[in-house]
Amino acid sequence: MSNTRYSSDHEWVRPDEGNTAVIGITNYAQEQLGDIVFVELPAVGDSFDAGDEVAVIESVKAASELKAPVSGTIVEVNEDLDDAPETVNESPTEDGWFCKLELSDPAELDDLMDETQYEEYTSNLE
Amino acid sequence: MLRSPLHDLHIELGARMGPFAGFEMPLWYPAKTVAEHKHTRSQASLFDISHMGQASIIGEDSATELERLIPTDLKALPTFKMHYCCFTNEEGGILDDFVITSLGQDYFVVINAARKEHDLAYLRSNIKKSAVLEHTENALIALQGPKATEVLRRLTPEICDLNFMTMGEFPIKGVPCIVSRSGYTGEDGFEISMAAETAMQLARELLNEPEVMPAGLGARDSLRLEAGLRLYGYDMDTTTTPVEAGIQWTISKTRRAGGERAGGFPGADVILSQLANGAQRRFVGLLPEGRAPARAGTEICIGDNTDNIVGTVTSGLFAPSVEAPIAMGYIDQEYRTPGTSVNLLVRGKLRPAEIVRLPFVKHRYFNTVKLQSASNGGKSNV
Repeated sequence: MSNTRYSSDHEWVRPDEGNTAVIGITNYAQEQLGDIVFVELPAVGDSFDAGDEVAVIESVKAASELKAPVSGTIVEVNEDLDDAPETVNESPTEDGWFCKLELSDPAELDDLMDETQYEEYTSNLE
Repeated sequence: MLRSPLHDLHIELGARMGPFAGFEMPLWYPAKTVAEHKHTRSQASLFDISHMGQASIIGEDSATELERLIPTDLKALPTFKMHYCCFTNEEGGILDDFVITSLGQDYFVVINAARKEHDLAYLRSNIKKSAVLEHTENALIALQGPKATEVLRRLTPEICDLNFMTMGEFPIKGVPCIVSRSGYTGEDGFEISMAAETAMQLARELLNEPEVMPAGLGARDSLRLEAGLRLYGYDMDTTTTPVEAGIQWTISKTRRAGGERAGGFPGADVILSQLANGAQRRFVGLLPEGRAPARAGTEICIGDNTDNIVGTVTSGLFAPSVEAPIAMGYIDQEYRTPGTSVNLLVRGKLRPAEIVRLPFVKHRYFNTVKLQSASNGGKSNV
C-alpha cells in the first residue's frame, strides 16, 4: 500500500527519508495538460506554504501552476526537467518528479487524499 | 455546446475534446500536440475545421456590394481563385479575416468560427441586392502536409492539378466535394467541404491512408504560429489595421491611392494614409532565449526598465518544429527591425528576445505558375 498522498489540484506527495517529501503532478494532470514543453522550478532554499505556487508548467498551449500540496522548504529540484520537460508526460509519478521539500508540518499530509480516495475523486470528474 | 458532424469519430479516436467558439472540438488525439504537429510537417494530417463558417454571396451585384466592405479587387479575381482579405471598420480596424473564392458572379467565404454570427449579420445588413447564404449543411476538413497530395492523387488524381489558392469540385471516393488548395499550417494541403452526412465516410477513408493521422486544434495553433499566420481575436482585432498587422499585401493595387477604384471601403482614409506614411506600430516575430514561452499579453520592453514598454505579445508558444519558444506581437515601429534585442516580461522576470522576420518555418505551398502579387501574396488563412 503506497503512502503517497494526493491533492484536489492533482499533485502527489510521497514521504521520503527523514522529514522530507517529493512532489509532482499526477498522471491525470499530465493527460489534461497535454505535451509539457517547459517547467520553471523553484530554487533550493525557497519556502512555501500549502497552496502557494511552487513551479510553472507550460504545455504547448498554456501555462499552469504547481501548487505546494504541503508547506515546506525546497531541498532538491529535478534539474533533468530543464532539458527534458516531456519526462513529466512520460513518467509523471517517477522520473518526472518536480522537487523535494523539508516539511514544516508533516501533519498536513493527513489532510490529503490517499490513492483510493484520489482514484474515486478523479473518476467523479469525468 | 455545438458538435461537429465528425464528433463521434473524435470520441472513437480517443480525442481530448475542448470548447472552441461554441463548439466541442478535438484539442489533441492520443499522440498529443507535438507528435501531431511534427507529423503534419513530414506526412499528412486530417483536421476537422467544421466549426468554421461557410457562406455564399449570390447575385449579379455581389462583387460591387462586397467591394464596399473589403479592400480587395474582386472584379479581377478569376473564377475559382481565392484571395485572403479582411472586413475593415471605419477606424481601419479589422472586423474579421477570411478567404474569399470567386465562383464567377457569386462568391464563397470561409470565416472564423468566433466571428461567424458577427460576419453573417454584418453581411446581411450591408448587402442588399445579393443573397447571403450560410452553408450549415456542410462539414469542412483540412488535409495538410507534404504527403497530402500523394494521398489525394491515389483517390482523385485531378485534384493535384490545383494550384495554391484555387478551388474546384471533385468527387473523392464517390463523395461530392469542394476542394481548395489552401490551409493554415504553412504546408501544402487541401481544405475539403462536403455535405455533413458524407463527412464521416470521407474522413474514415482519408484516415485509412497510411500517411494520414488525425490532428487537433492544438497542432493547428502551433503550426499556424510557426508559419507566421495571424489568428483573429489574438493577433488582429477591431483596433489593429491591416498595415499594422503586416497584411497590407491583401489590399489590392486598384483599391490603393492612385488605383482605378481607390478607397471606397470602411476606414480607407486611415489605411491608405498608413500605406503612404507607415504605421506607428508593426506586427513582428519574436524569438525568446531559453525554453520559456512568452504568452499572449506578455509585455515587450527595451533595456532593463520594466516601465519602458514598447509592445505586447499577441500569440506565443513552444514551437515543436523550431524546438524553441516563438511569439508574435505588436511593437513600436522604431524597434521593428529584425535583429533588434528586446526583453519580455514573463511572470515578473525580464527574458531576452530578438525581433525576427516571419514566418518561423518556411512556407511550402504548391505553385506551378508564378502568381500575380496583386491577386495573391502567398499566404492564406482559412
